[in-house]
Formats: sequence, structure tokens, C-alpha cells
Amino acid sequence: MIERNPVLNVICHLILIAGALMVCAPLYFAFVAGSHTGAEMAQVPQPMLPGSSFVDNLVTAWEKADFGRAFVNTLIVTMVIVVGKIVLSILAGFAVTYFRFPFRMTAFWLIFMSLMLPVEVRIVPTYEAVADVAGPLRWFLDVTGLSALINWTTGIEINAGLDFSMIDTYAGLTLPLIASATAVFLFRQFFLTVPDDLCEASKLDGAGPIKFLFDVVLPLSVPNIAALAIILFVFGWNQYLWPLLFTTKTEMTTAIIALKGLLPGPDDPSDWWSYAMAASFIVMLPPTVVILTLQRWFARGLVDAGK
Amino acid sequence: MPASINPAHQGGRLAAPSLPASRLLLARMLRDDGTGLKKAHYTQTWLAGLLLSPQLLILLFFFFIPSFKALSLAFVQVDPFGGREIFVGLQNFVDLFSDPSYRKSAWLTLWFTIVQNIATLGIAGVLAFATDQIIRGQVGYRSVLLLPYAIAPVISGGIWAYLFNPAIGPAASALHAMGVPWDPNLRPSDALILITISAVWKHICYDYIFLAAAMLAVPQSLREAAAIDGAGPLERFRTISLPLIAPVVMYLFIINMVYGLFDTFSIIDAVTAGGPAGSTSTLVYKVYQDGFIMMNLGSSAAQSIVLMVLAVLFTVLQFRAMDRKVNYQV
Repeated sequence: MIERNPVLNVICHLILIAGALMVCAPLYFAFVAGSHTGAEMAQVPQPMLPGSSFVDNLVTAWEKADFGRAFVNTLIVTMVIVVGKIVLSILAGFAVTYFRFPFRMTAFWLIFMSLMLPVEVRIVPTYEAVADVAGPLRWFLDVTGLSALINWTTGIEINAGLDFSMIDTYAGLTLPLIASATAVFLFRQFFLTVPDDLCEASKLDGAGPIKFLFDVVLPLSVPNIAALAIILFVFGWNQYLWPLLFTTKTEMTTAIIALKGLLPGPDDPSDWWSYAMAASFIVMLPPTVVILTLQRWFARGLVDAGK
Repeated sequence: MPASINPAHQGGRLAAPSLPASRLLLARMLRDDGTGLKKAHYTQTWLAGLLLSPQLLILLFFFFIPSFKALSLAFVQVDPFGGREIFVGLQNFVDLFSDPSYRKSAWLTLWFTIVQNIATLGIAGVLAFATDQIIRGQVGYRSVLLLPYAIAPVISGGIWAYLFNPAIGPAASALHAMGVPWDPNLRPSDALILITISAVWKHICYDYIFLAAAMLAVPQSLREAAAIDGAGPLERFRTISLPLIAPVVMYLFIINMVYGLFDTFSIIDAVTAGGPAGSTSTLVYKVYQDGFIMMNLGSSAAQSIVLMVLAVLFTVLQFRAMDRKVNYQV
């Protein structure tokens, strides 16, 4: 048993209270700003207690930034990212741990390499890739002479047909994001801890790999899936760079981008701050609720995903 | 842990160490010595290919081809009228490194990432230590301290931009009352301080979760033994906990570097947009501005390559650190 030191105990509580204040004070002052009108905030001294205009500010912000549509978009995008990433990662992780096939390590390394370069370092070429998805295919047909061949035999100008852009589509907002090396590693790591007996037993019973995946592996993976889903939900909801690059129309925008549009610049009237702060609380509400209610799973998942 | 997830170890012992690095990498990529393969496994190649294909197709189209293009663009210049590409060798890089605004951006990024990193680790470390010492209220404190994880960087940036807004922000008016001429829209150092605070505030929770988990994992028996030998709480922390959590600290140091380099893009875009006068335009923000806004493709591609080298370096370091963390067992 370790001795208790009451002085240290008090100091530690004080440190933690200071930490909690450090987190809460900015949120509190933001809430005060969001619950007063711009004129009230311009008074000297500034009000220190929440006012009564939060809902009014929110309504104004909601109309100004078309948040209704933005929330629907964010919800769709987030759900596709969460489900897509988990499904693709489980399949890939299952394939590299439970199958022996030629180039197994090559596939593993190709996925591993994608971990190395975040989107931020290859903005321009990635934009081109999304704006012209069929570009590589056209190039391939040209180089191999297939397009000329098709043109000569059938008279169809195949290159003209192979031109589509994923800018301002849900596919463009989600598809490039759902490949994930981290999640593949997480599942691979977990699959390696599943006892070998289970697979042997399932083979003896005459079950194929797909049946084994659905009946044995998936039920065992539920805690991992849940933890990952929480992290991915926050990740998807808070996406910024991706929708910034790949949406040009306001009806395809996400809640975070809409909120960014509300933040006033140096020359904008300062009562915009009240709208922006009120809207901030609504935009941060869904991920906050998820994190707080599922805290236990979340902290575990984060530490596991980092391993 | 049944297997190290660091693939650098796989096949490393198979290939002769004297082989050139490129062949070593290729040998590792192609050779299958059964690492990370279940003892009971299947052999249907077509099914494995089918299961892997969605992941690999997405990577091909949105990762490998764009990355390859970024590489090839860095060595050419596009003729603005004819649209022809002229191979110019390393000229883009020479131009880049002799550009004073790029060098300024590099120094600024270094300053920002290091300060942000040390501040985040320091504050998170103190909070995790305090959480480890107390008995009651751990869950309550933790819930509050976790909160910024859920908050988007843009919102964190927006809130701090409001607090320190020279016209209306409460923190700024407190500073003005103390005689500080605070104005992040005009004074470069103020803008840099503002994004640093915002980035640190958003990231403390991440380090805190890892450090608190690591401290919790320090065996109670070791602490008791030290306590019996007469070591006080701080002494115990220094001699028992700190060496045991050192690998986690190292790991977080690298993660924080990556965060500072790449993930603070949205904070900067929301708070200062790189201004005033480029004083908060970090390397990542500059790639975006030069390539996407200004359409200077050659320079932006060369900048991308510099960042890619940094990203690869940090990924390798991260895996090294992760490996130590996983293997460190008492």
C-alpha cells in the first residue's frame, strides 16, 4: 500500500481543475457570445453571463448558411465513410491474414505505403484524380493503342465517352477517403490474435471462408468495430480539407464548411461572431455526444489504433 | 502481442544486408515467408483478390496515380501558352530553396511544430500525472478533458479567433487593458501565437489519453516497492513511471510533429488564412495556396515532394517508436 499524501492530492485536484477550466472557459465564452445579439456584445463592459438570443442567432445562422442541407450532406458523407472504411478494411485485413496467395506481401506493402503520404501533401494531383476519374483509363487505352483499335473497328470514339468528374458528388466526397491503412492494420492485428482452432473447426464443419468470416470472425470483431466506428464518426464529421477541395456548389457543402463560411473576416461586421458561435455549438454537438456517451470504448479504440 | 506490426522486420532477416536498399525493399515486397499469415488459412487466390480489390482499386486511383503525378510534375515546367511540359531537372527545387518566402515558411513551420509539440506534451503530461495520483473524480475530469477531441479544428480555430478578436474578443480586451497592443490581423507574432494556442488546445486531449493509459499500465508492484524504499510520489514518477512511459512519450512526440505539420491546415485556414503577410503560412498551407489558389503547378509539385519526404520520414520514425512501445513489456 502506498502512503497517501494529502497535500499532493489537493495540488493534483487543483491542476485538474485548472485543466478542466482550460477546456471549458473558451467554450463558455463562445456560448456567451452565441447567446447575445451583436449589439449586446459590443457594450462595455461585455456581458459575462449567457443571454437569451441563442435560438435567434441560431435561426439566423441556419438560414444564412443553409445548414439544413449541409447537415444532411454531412450525415450521408459521415455514414458512408464509417461503413465503407470498416467494410473495406475488414475484407482487406481478412484477405492478408487468412489467405495464402501470390503477391500477398505485395498487397500488404501497397496498403502500407498509402499510410505515408497524407492528402495534404498531394493536393493538386489528387484534385485532378477526382475531377477526371477516367483519366488513367484513357491514358492506358491510348498507350496500348486499344482506343485506336476500337475506333477503327467499331467507329466509336471511346475517349470522348470516358470523361467524368466526381467534383460535387457524394462519391467524390467519400470514395477516396474510405481506403485506410490504419484500419486494415487494426483488423489484421486483431485477426492474428483469433485462435487458429476456430478456423480449423469451421473448416472441418465444411464452412467456406465467407461463412467463416460472417459466422465467426465478424461476431468476434464487434468491440473493435465499435471502437473504430466512434473514431471514424468524429473523423468523418470533422473533415475539412476534402470537402473544401471537392465541393463548389453550396448544396453539396458540409456543415463544417458552411460554418467556416460564417466565420467573419477582419472586415466583416462583428455581430456575425454571435451567429458563428451559436452555429459552432450545433455543429459540434453530434461528435461531442458520441464521444461523451461512448467514452470508454473510444479511449480504448484510440490507444489500440495507435498501436 | 503475437506479431510485430512493423513490416520492416518481415523478410528483413531473409534478404542479405549488403543488398542495395531498392532491391531490399522489392525483395521484402515480393517474398512471402508467411509472416502475418494464420496457420489455418485458405488458398483461394481469386477470392483473396476479390476481397482486396476494392481497397487496392481506390488506392490505385486516388493514391498511387496522384502520387506518381506529383513526382513527375516536380521535374517539369508547363509552358503557359502551349501547355507543353518541358523537363527541367531539379530547377523547380533550386527555385524553391532560393525563394525567401519558402525559407521563411520552413522556419516558421519548424518553430510552430516544435513549440506546439512541447506545449501539448508538457500540459498533457502534467494532467495525466495528476489524474494518476488522485483516487476520486478521475472519470469526471477525464470526460471534460476529452471534450476537445470531438471538436473540429475549424471550430477550435473559430472559438479562439473570437476570444482573441481585437474588436470584440474578451481575451483580447483583457490584453488591451494590460497595455498589450494585441492584433492578430496586423501583427505577425500575434497571429502565430493564436494558431499555436488553438492547435495546442485541440490536441492536448490526444496526448492525455495515451499518457494516462500508459501511466495506468505501470505495475503497482513496482511503485509499492519504491514506496517501501522510501521514494516519494515525484521520486517514484521520475524513477519508475517515466522510464516505463518513455516509449509512449517518444511516439507522441512524433505524432505531434505530424499533427503540427499536416493536420493544422484547417485551423490556419479558418483563423488567419496564412496571413498577415504570410506569417502563418506553414509548408502545408503554402502548397495549398501556391498550387490550388495561385495555380503555380511546378513549384507546388516541388513543395509536395519536400513534404512527401518529411511525411515518409515521420512514418518510418512512427513505426520505429510504435515497435518499441509494443515490445516494451515488464
